[in-house]
Amino acid sequence: MPLRRGEDTASRSRPDGLPRLLPTGTTVPEGLREHLARHGFVPYRDGRLQLAADLRAAGLTGRGGASFPVYRKLEAVAGAGGRPFVVANGAESEPASSKDASLLWLAPHLVLDGIQLAAEAVGAREACLYVHETHGNQLAVAVQRALSERWPARIDRVPVRLAGAPPRFLSGQETAMVNLLNGGLALPTFAPPRVFERGVAGAPTLVQNVETLAHIALIARYGAGWFRQVGTQAEPGSMLSTINHANGSVRIIEAAVGTPLRSLLAADLGTDGTDGPAQAILAGGYHGTWIPAPRAAGLTLDNAGLCSAGASVGAGVLAALPASHCGLAETARVVRYLALESAGQCGPCLNGLPRIAAGLAALAGPRPDRRVRADIERWAGLVLGRGACNHPDGSVRFVRSALTVFAAELKHHERGVCSATARQPFLPLPSGTAVTDEDWS
Amino acid sequence: MQKQLRVNPIECSGRGACAELLPEMISLDEWGYPLLDPRPVPPALERQARRAVNGCPVLALQLTRLPEVAARPRS
Repeated sequence: MPLRRGEDTASRSRPDGLPRLLPTGTTVPEGLREHLARHGFVPYRDGRLQLAADLRAAGLTGRGGASFPVYRKLEAVAGAGGRPFVVANGAESEPASSKDASLLWLAPHLVLDGIQLAAEAVGAREACLYVHETHGNQLAVAVQRALSERWPARIDRVPVRLAGAPPRFLSGQETAMVNLLNGGLALPTFAPPRVFERGVAGAPTLVQNVETLAHIALIARYGAGWFRQVGTQAEPGSMLSTINHANGSVRIIEAAVGTPLRSLLAADLGTDGTDGPAQAILAGGYHGTWIPAPRAAGLTLDNAGLCSAGASVGAGVLAALPASHCGLAETARVVRYLALESAGQCGPCLNGLPRIAAGLAALAGPRPDRRVRADIERWAGLVLGRGACNHPDGSVRFVRSALTVFAAELKHHERGVCSATARQPFLPLPSGTAVTDEDWS
Repeated sequence: MQKQLRVNPIECSGRGACAELLPEMISLDEWGYPLLDPRPVPPALERQARRAVNGCPVLALQLTRLPEVAARPRS
């Protein structure tokens, strides 16, 4: 293999325009040779935290949902004392999201470069890549193959092991993941200590989403100025987004942060949200927020834009609900799933979510009792902010936005009418939701 | 130093002892789990708050110094 350490990466053509992360026109994983031809060798900095300054200038934030500034996490982990550990979180558990799996499948070496650079930046000697073992374990096998290409080529300085995430909604939650890596079940724990203080094997642990790591690998090569060529001043760069279109098709796109939703969802929203097939957009997945289509047509894909509608970009999940489907029925189905996916550790979540789900199922049916709506509001208030993880809060956000956005539909249901013409489910849910204790390991 | 009540929701099993020992600041929800007054514990109630903390059968109730609950990196 024609590998030259210290090869001049600047001479390579920088990927101007988009996409930056995903190789175009292929569905085959990018091998090491193609990856090196596209991006050159890993630009190690030979020192702790050299990269943090670049990431700060780039303004990169976490792409796993929380949008936390990446450099601050690096600094917190590096400064926590002790030998840190790095975890790449690829356990994308949102049923409506597949951007991380797509990235790991198509460009595994970009993520693996990012793991090495992040490990160097915090001074870690070990790292782990945490992925779901679904689809016959295809993804984990492909990533393992990519890893085994790198070691003999002496690209990696830090060994990376793979860890399998159980097929649960909360298994990608950071404390659950650390709990599993420490030999426990993939159940959330109560913080503090935060994982950046004490995580895997008690070490300060850097957890970054796999897309974030891929961006790190590019910023390390092409610089902060290049990263900022797209995106907004406040939220620079690009992001992967899983778009669930109203016609049932699903697309992974890489868009500049701040792209108008109207251009991402042109086929769904029409020109102004009133002349397309979509009645509402779900932003941020099943812990996210419903937005009426006309409102969504005026918004952009960044937190600054979405927050005016009470939403955030989250992990970049967008779903366009067609007018032919009942928003209340769809929400009720998903909330039943969320209730079943509660870890069942915290009393309010364990008791509240199933009641909220049952209430929504009543609202989705004909002539619901008028007290149900008030019950749901009360339970939502009792669940909010009272869990060890964000599952109750995220679920309540989703429920409350549905009750607002589908208020007119609720009036129809109270009169015994549902305006939906389609009966088959629209929003994706995993088949055969697991409910036994063994499924957490 | 100002103190605040906090419950570990995983450990809490909803026995309700805390609400009996510190009714001024703790009530129970409809499932028996404590609802805590988020304000700092007034000095006059601190002894009683400590009794509630010690009286929790599963040690889920905590009295924490306020600066400790300041914003931290979230991920």
